[in-house]
Amino acid sequence: MVNSLGHMSAIQVDKLIRDFGDFRAVNEISFEVHESEIFGFLGPNGAGKTTTINILCTLLRPTGGSAQVNGYDVSSRQSEVRSSIGIIFQDPSLDEELTAYENLRFHAMMYDISREDFKRRSEELMEMVDLTDKLRDQVRTYSGGMKRRLEIARGLLHRPRVLFLDEPTLGLDPQTRRHIWQYLRRLREQRQVTMFMTTHYMDEAENCNRIAIIDHGQIVAVDTPANLKERVGGDLITLRTSDNENASQRLKEVHGVEARTGPEGQLIVETERGDQFIPKIIETFSDGANPIEVQSVSLRQPTLEDVFIKLTGHAIREQEADSKEQMRRRGRMFGRLRR
Amino acid sequence: MIHHLKTFYTIWSRDIIRFSRNRGRIVASMATPLLFLFVFGAGLGPAMSPLAGGNLRFEQFMFPGIIAMTVLFTAVFAAVSIVWDREFGFLKEVMVAPVSRRVVALGKVAGGSTLAMFQGLLILILAPLLGIKLTFEQVVYLLLLMLLLAAVMSALGILVAARQRSMEGFQVIMNFLMLPMLFLSGAFFPLTGVPVWMEALARVNPVSYGVDPLRQVALRESVPEIFLEAMRLNPIAVDVAVMLVFGVAFLVPAIWLFSKQD
Repeated sequence: MVNSLGHMSAIQVDKLIRDFGDFRAVNEISFEVHESEIFGFLGPNGAGKTTTINILCTLLRPTGGSAQVNGYDVSSRQSEVRSSIGIIFQDPSLDEELTAYENLRFHAMMYDISREDFKRRSEELMEMVDLTDKLRDQVRTYSGGMKRRLEIARGLLHRPRVLFLDEPTLGLDPQTRRHIWQYLRRLREQRQVTMFMTTHYMDEAENCNRIAIIDHGQIVAVDTPANLKERVGGDLITLRTSDNENASQRLKEVHGVEARTGPEGQLIVETERGDQFIPKIIETFSDGANPIEVQSVSLRQPTLEDVFIKLTGHAIREQEADSKEQMRRRGRMFGRLRR
Repeated sequence: MIHHLKTFYTIWSRDIIRFSRNRGRIVASMATPLLFLFVFGAGLGPAMSPLAGGNLRFEQFMFPGIIAMTVLFTAVFAAVSIVWDREFGFLKEVMVAPVSRRVVALGKVAGGSTLAMFQGLLILILAPLLGIKLTFEQVVYLLLLMLLLAAVMSALGILVAARQRSMEGFQVIMNFLMLPMLFLSGAFFPLTGVPVWMEALARVNPVSYGVDPLRQVALRESVPEIFLEAMRLNPIAVDVAVMLVFGVAFLVPAIWLFSKQD
């Protein structure tokens, strides 16, 4: 499928809707993912990210709208969609009692990969994720990062054109997360696989070519990380003062800027050339009969977090555990007890 | 077609490999049946009126019932594990693979049934300890009957688990399905001479039709035929036919529900 800009599109979503009973998890979203780009879905838990992935990989049926993956409709051409995609789920989907080899072998059987292809590709992929010497080990002996790498290798065994990654580094330590990203970037350079990923880690979203910001089932913005950050505009000054209310009023009166209050009660001001603006603020505050005391001030470049707050009006919050999260926790406990 | 066979083999052999790697669990899962057999056997036996004209000890009577119980539990647990496996396990990967979900469901039934039959066999090996004589032919018959019962129960397990999304309903399944089916199957006491309501329930209980032929075959060499016939529910052929009907009645909707996209 070729769009107006001449890009090939790997994923095309048009007014997609998904309801669970009365709850609309995905609310008329439309977007397009170009071939061989890394496209990120950024949003809090419960925003509709996993639901969207599940529709795109044919696990869920859309309530309304349409979606095509590699040119195949997800409702009418499920088998073709499934053959042409690879998925790394948020929750582990390896059989831990089996060895890595057996997990890969079973995958190859289900994707109807010939014995020769399987042998060649599995060696190649296990080398790519540095697990060659662990091939015959049971997966239960693997660390969290190793399991993820094995899942990536397995997901690529049938040469998918699009790889879906649902929170690929969730629950991994920062070092392992960086490591996983090295593999993913290498993968994109070497094989031009399109990647569609969801995350609620801001720093991780920076790795994407383009990001869709999603909240309450709707896409708020789609752009490159750099362009999104430009929307915040210039620099961010964070202030702590003795009297925030008075301070923001004076900022408005004297400088014509709107300050907003951050989650910890600090004042946040968006401005061009923040380094030059700080002295002016302090001057303004110390003027007059009723000076405002500045307790701390800091200056920084906007992050995607700021973009998110600006566009949605709230921070990416940790949501209360839903029933699935509870099941997941219980599972971890069960897993520990079993060992 | 070859792709279907590969899928079936994948699902089935995964269950077998997992089972064979977990020897501890095999031994542990024999604890309950053995406890029932020896504690109930020794404790209740003396209180029972003589069975089969004094030709049959209570443990011997219970033995085929214990085999059925082992088969029932193993098969249902194996099937119900799909709830967990689909959210947090290998089955999730299977659900997005380009394979027929019907074949996956059949593979799951086959895997669970094989395991259940094997667990049943492990109990069957104890027969000589209880003074139950078994010929090779009997063992073959018993294995086939176990496999059939296991398949019926696996299909029921898949049917119950197919639309379930959390393990919360599990206790309910256990208390309101498996235990009543087990207790009302004639596994632990003869169904001849029980109250009418109980006999009625036993007659609609698929497990009864598994226990009955197992008992008739297992005790064939140990109890005179007249007594065996007096104790039975149906001729073996009828039991087998009813089990087949139950099996199809569970399997068809189970496969349909399992294959349905959410």
